[in-house]
Amino acid sequence: MPSSIPESGTESASAETVDRAQVDVDVLPEGGQVVATGNPWVVVARTFAQNKLAIVGVGVVVLVTLFSFFGPVFHPTDQLNPNLVSVNMAPGGGHLLGTDSEGFDILGRLMKGGQSSIEVGLVVGVIATLLGLIYGAISGFFGGALDGVMMRVVDVGYAIPVVFLFIFMAQVFKPSLTLLIVLLVAVSWLIPARLVRGETLSLRTREYVQAVKVMGGRPPRIILRHIIPNTIGTIMVTVTFQIANAILTLAVLQYLGFGLPPSTPTWGSMLSDGTTYLQDGYWWEVYPALIMIVLTVVAFNFIGDALQDAFDVRLQER
Amino acid sequence: MLGFIIRRLGEAIIVTLGVTVITFTLLHLLPGSLARDVVGPRASPQAIAQFTHQNGLDKPVYVQYWLFLDKLLHGNLGYSYQYNRTVDSLLASELPRDLVLGGLALIFSVLIAIPVGIAQAVRRNGPLDYAGTGISFLLYSMPQYAIALLLIQFLSITFHVFPAEAPQSSSALGMLAHPSGLVLPVAALTLVTFAQFSRYMRSSAIDTLAQDYIRTARAKGLSERLVLWRHLLRNSLIAVVTLVGLSIPLVITGTLIIEQVFNYPGAGLEYLQASISNDYEVMLGITVLVGVVTVLGNLVADIGYAILDPRIRY
Repeated sequence: MPSSIPESGTESASAETVDRAQVDVDVLPEGGQVVATGNPWVVVARTFAQNKLAIVGVGVVVLVTLFSFFGPVFHPTDQLNPNLVSVNMAPGGGHLLGTDSEGFDILGRLMKGGQSSIEVGLVVGVIATLLGLIYGAISGFFGGALDGVMMRVVDVGYAIPVVFLFIFMAQVFKPSLTLLIVLLVAVSWLIPARLVRGETLSLRTREYVQAVKVMGGRPPRIILRHIIPNTIGTIMVTVTFQIANAILTLAVLQYLGFGLPPSTPTWGSMLSDGTTYLQDGYWWEVYPALIMIVLTVVAFNFIGDALQDAFDVRLQER
Repeated sequence: MLGFIIRRLGEAIIVTLGVTVITFTLLHLLPGSLARDVVGPRASPQAIAQFTHQNGLDKPVYVQYWLFLDKLLHGNLGYSYQYNRTVDSLLASELPRDLVLGGLALIFSVLIAIPVGIAQAVRRNGPLDYAGTGISFLLYSMPQYAIALLLIQFLSITFHVFPAEAPQSSSALGMLAHPSGLVLPVAALTLVTFAQFSRYMRSSAIDTLAQDYIRTARAKGLSERLVLWRHLLRNSLIAVVTLVGLSIPLVITGTLIIEQVFNYPGAGLEYLQASISNDYEVMLGITVLVGVVTVLGNLVADIGYAILDPRIRY
C-alpha cells in the first residue's frame, strides 16, 4: 500500500498533516479551474513509483531474471550429466551452494531452474490473460443467452479441482514442459475471463461505445478498439498475478508427482527433490530453491498489488 | 429472493452436469481401453469382450454417458479395481478424517483471520498492518508443502515437539484421540488458508469502514469500541460466509498436499495412491465429488450472502 493514501480513520490530524494541508491550499487551483492531470500513463507510473514495495518487487524480478539468464555466463556448470562422484556435498570448495543428490552444482541449477520457472510463468501468464481477455470481452459485450452459456463454461472450469486434474493428466500423458504449459493455461484463463467480462458489462453501456454503435461500428471493431483498450489496467494486474500463480502451481505440481525430465530442472523440482533429504540435514538442497520461489512470487505479487492501486482512480494522486 | 434462489440452483445444476461431462471425457481420454487396464494385459479376447459388454463400453458414447450419470445420481462414484471395493465405501472411511483436518483448519483460520484482518483495517498503514500484510504475502507466496516442511523442520526435527507423521487411526475419533500428531497437519493447513483469509478480511473490513452506517455510528457519538464491535465486526462476519463457501477448493487442494506431506490418511492421499496405481475410477470419483462440493460451496456462499445482507434485493 502506498503511504500516500489518506487515512480513512478518525484519528485527529497531527500538526504535521495540518502543515501539509496548508501547503496544499496554496497550490490548489482557483474555483472553476481544471487541474492538469496530464497523460494517464504518467499518473499511473507516478502512483506506482510511490509504492516502495513495488519498487522492491521490480528490483527483485530484474535481479532474478539477470541471475537466471546471465548467471551461467559467469558460473558455467554442467547441468546435463550427473556427477556421481560428488553427490550431496555441503557448500564450500568448488561448489558455492553445494551439490544435490545427482552431483549437480546447486547454484548453477538454481539458474537453469530459474530459466524454466520464469519462462513457464511468463508464457502462461500472457497467453492465459489474452485468452481470458478475448473470451470475457465477447461474453460481456453480447450478453444475453451467449453470456449465460459462456459464463457457465467458466463456472464449470472453476469447479474442476485443478491439482487433481493435473495429476490425472500426468498419468495419462507423458509429462513435458509443453503439456504443463497447456494445462496451466487451460486452468488460468478463467480468472481474467470473469474479470474482463464484468468490466465489459459496464463499458458497453458507456456513451462512447453507444456512439460507435450508432455510427455503424461492427462488434469486432468495438470490442478490439473500444472495450479491450479500456481494460488495460485489469489486464496488466492479472498478468502479474498469473505469473506468480503459475510459478507457484508449477512448484506444487512437481511435489505431487508431475515429474519433468531431469534435463529441465525447475525450482519446484529442486525443492521437491531436496525435501527427501531434509531429515539428513542437507539444508542446501532445500532452502536456496525455496528462497528463490518465495522471492520471485512475492516480488510479482507486490508488483501486481501496486499496479492494482495505481490503476485505481480513487487511489491516484492528482 | 425466491426467484434468485431458483435461478442460482438451476445454474448450479447445469455446472454440476458440466463437471460430469468433463470427468466422463477424461475417462475416455485414457490410452488403451479400460477393459485392458482392468482385466490385465494377458487377458483373453473373450474376457475383454465380456468386460466390455458388462460395463456397457460397447454402447454409443451418449448412452455410456447416460449410464455414467445414472450411476452418479444413485450415489455410485465408481469401483476401485485396486482394492476391489466401491469408491463409496472407500470414501466413507476417508471423508470423516478429512473433515477433521479440513474442518479444524477452517475453524482456526477463520478465528485468527477475523481479528487480524479487522485490526489491520482499523490500523491501516500502521506497523501492525504492514506486519500482517508481510506475513500473509510470505505464506501466500510459498508452495503449500513448503509451509508444512518448515513446520516439520523446526517443530519436529530440530526441536522434537510434535511428531512429523499424522495419527494412522481408522476413524475420525481415533484421529482426535492423538492430538499431538494432529497439531502439525492442522497448523500447516491453517497457515495456508489463513494467508488468503486475512487478506480478504482486511479488504472487506476496509470497505465496511467506509460505509455510511459506520460514519453515522461515529457521528452519533458511539465509542470507537462499540462502533467496532457492534457495527464493523458484525457486518464483517457476513464476509466470512462468502469466504468459507468460496474457499472450499483451496481447503481441498490444501488438504491433498498436507495429507501427502504428513501421510495423513484421507481422500487426498487416496487420490495420490490411486494415481500411482492407475486406479482411474477412484481418481475420477474423487474429482467429481470435489467438483460437486465446490459448486455447493459457491451456492451456499451466494444464497447465504443474499439472506444475510438485507441491502441485496433481487
